[in-house]
Amino acid sequence: MSAPAKLPRWAELGLLPAVNLVAALLLSGVIIRLIGESPWAALKLLADGAFGSQEAVGYTLYYATNFIFTGLAVAVAYHAGLFNIGAEGQAYIGGLGTGLVCLWLGAWPFWVVLPLAILAGAVGGAAWAFIPGWLQARRGSHIVITTIMFNFIASAVMTWLLVNILIKPGQQSPESREFAANAFMPGLHTLLGKVGLAFTATPLNLAFLLALAASFLVWLLVWRTRWGYALRVAGQNPAAAVYAGILPPRVTIAAMLLSGALAGSLGLNELMGAQHRILLDFPGGAGFVGIAVALMGRNHPVGIFLAAVLFGALMQGGSQLSFDMPRVNRDMVVVIQGLVILFCGALENVARVPLAALLARLRGEKEAE
Amino acid sequence: MISLRLSLALPAALGFAALAAAGEFAPAIVYDFGGKFDRSFNQSASEGAERFKRDTGIAFREFEITNAAQREQIMAQLAKRGSSIIVAVGFTQASAVEKVARQFPGVKFTIIDAVVDLPNVQSINFREQESSYLCGMAAALVSKTGKIGFVGGMDIPLIRKFALGYVAGARQVHPNIEVIQNMTGTTPAAWGDPTKGAELAKSQFGRGVDVVFHAAGATGIGVMQAAKDAGLLSIGCDSNQDYLHPGSVLTSALKRVDVAVYKAFSDAKSGTWHAGQTVLGLAENGVDYSYDEHNRAVLTPAMKQRLDQARADIISGKLPVPEYRAQ
Repeated sequence: MSAPAKLPRWAELGLLPAVNLVAALLLSGVIIRLIGESPWAALKLLADGAFGSQEAVGYTLYYATNFIFTGLAVAVAYHAGLFNIGAEGQAYIGGLGTGLVCLWLGAWPFWVVLPLAILAGAVGGAAWAFIPGWLQARRGSHIVITTIMFNFIASAVMTWLLVNILIKPGQQSPESREFAANAFMPGLHTLLGKVGLAFTATPLNLAFLLALAASFLVWLLVWRTRWGYALRVAGQNPAAAVYAGILPPRVTIAAMLLSGALAGSLGLNELMGAQHRILLDFPGGAGFVGIAVALMGRNHPVGIFLAAVLFGALMQGGSQLSFDMPRVNRDMVVVIQGLVILFCGALENVARVPLAALLARLRGEKEAE
Repeated sequence: MISLRLSLALPAALGFAALAAAGEFAPAIVYDFGGKFDRSFNQSASEGAERFKRDTGIAFREFEITNAAQREQIMAQLAKRGSSIIVAVGFTQASAVEKVARQFPGVKFTIIDAVVDLPNVQSINFREQESSYLCGMAAALVSKTGKIGFVGGMDIPLIRKFALGYVAGARQVHPNIEVIQNMTGTTPAAWGDPTKGAELAKSQFGRGVDVVFHAAGATGIGVMQAAKDAGLLSIGCDSNQDYLHPGSVLTSALKRVDVAVYKAFSDAKSGTWHAGQTVLGLAENGVDYSYDEHNRAVLTPAMKQRLDQARADIISGKLPVPEYRAQ
């Protein structure tokens, strides 16, 4: 296999993803035309639904918050050469920790509950990621297999807990009781309201800012510390890492702990911020979307943020699209989302080669003049 | 140019539609994860809404939920855009209905399979254990091996309710009958996994089961297909599923969600809708077992007589049916 064509940095980070996104939307447009709707109207509904109002922006960023956490989780593991596809289960168990803190200590002041909830979420997610990490490091069990199996174990454990123990008595739905109001993550509209800015009430909450802080910390840790250097070296070349005095098994476990802790923070947004109770399947697939987000975002916090916003927009805009255009049902929305993942993730090298050739030619012409 | 014109025309058209809707009767329905084509619970709700549309010519808005946060958002949006009544299908919608109904006290809400105690919410529940009881009896009457099966979606209170009634009904016929129970999964995907449903049914058949009852939404399609392929019997759920495999479907545990939806819409239109709790059982024709031209060959007159007797006894209170209560 030949090495992928080289692109200048601006084209690599800006032009290529944009070209892929446009290609995905064009193909979606063809499909929408085929089912007898106007592609332009659909695109407008999608964009309006995702960014056209404060409510739209609020929901888009609220979804994006989940994807930032899981995207970072996947990226950190990726830098250590590990493909963690268990963010879903780690988010589930981490959320359980956050949820239990909110249920038990909800009467305490928020500023006491918050650090404990963050800690419990991180510990829960890290603990769930530790076992596959340890098995990989010490026993060579492949992390892809173990993490995906742990997703199923997590959901079995959570179903059992919610149906038999945590369920609020006397109701059908396997959900815990509502947290006390002290344990609600303040909505961004209330925070903005305090400084005199009006914003529509949406589930967007303080966890969004926590996700941004986590992004910054991940950047700091991975690119600006010795530990991060060890992580990247062990990921790119374990043999060289050993030669440099780095112990790859230890890095594997540490990377999985951090990865799990990041995924486990999803509960801060979903449970403390939006649902205010523990309910079945609250990660809602965000752990898997996180893989696409990390790949699209080139495993860099800035890229992850942008990709997470894109997926949040697809989620929110897609829901508005099927609301206003009933013929574009929820399965069609999944098709559109799938096309974006396909073009931006799996097929990104298809556009790379002609794009590189084109850019080289343009540059050549310029030099010839 | 065309696109430009469209972009100008579209918001105007939407605006008019919203204005027009404000004064008129505008019903809406929100389905759960299973989706409106699950041939079972949600589809039954959708049929009720479609029938209302056919009878009255009044269109309705509908939405299929794909994630938890959408419920509240969509219901609030429906309320804002002038929906007169919003029917929420499924117990998972309860907390969203509770929140949105508080924000929009002027909008009527009907929730199915859950209780929300607010002045503008009508809660409709079913005594699924009664129809499951009759289906358990039917299974026990027809089983030659003395082993019958149950395939549920997820292990949640609602499905335990079905299972408990089914086992009790079967035991009433044969106290020693063996009932093999399986749940499909632990994630909501369990309601839409026909392949796994078929596998579970096959493994039950391998252990000697010759009649299997499913309460698993679209997963049940696979259960019923497997029974048909093995030349054995299945029992449908929620909608009348006898027509899927005539001669292989013994009967279906009907849950008339369609009737509930139709009634909610038409009552809201005529002004007779009222908030509060309604529980529909055999006596109210809310649940039943099915008997039609598709299962007449397998459900013999003698069996039917026995089931009808039990049906009458349950209605009169002579025959108590155990109920699963979430503690």
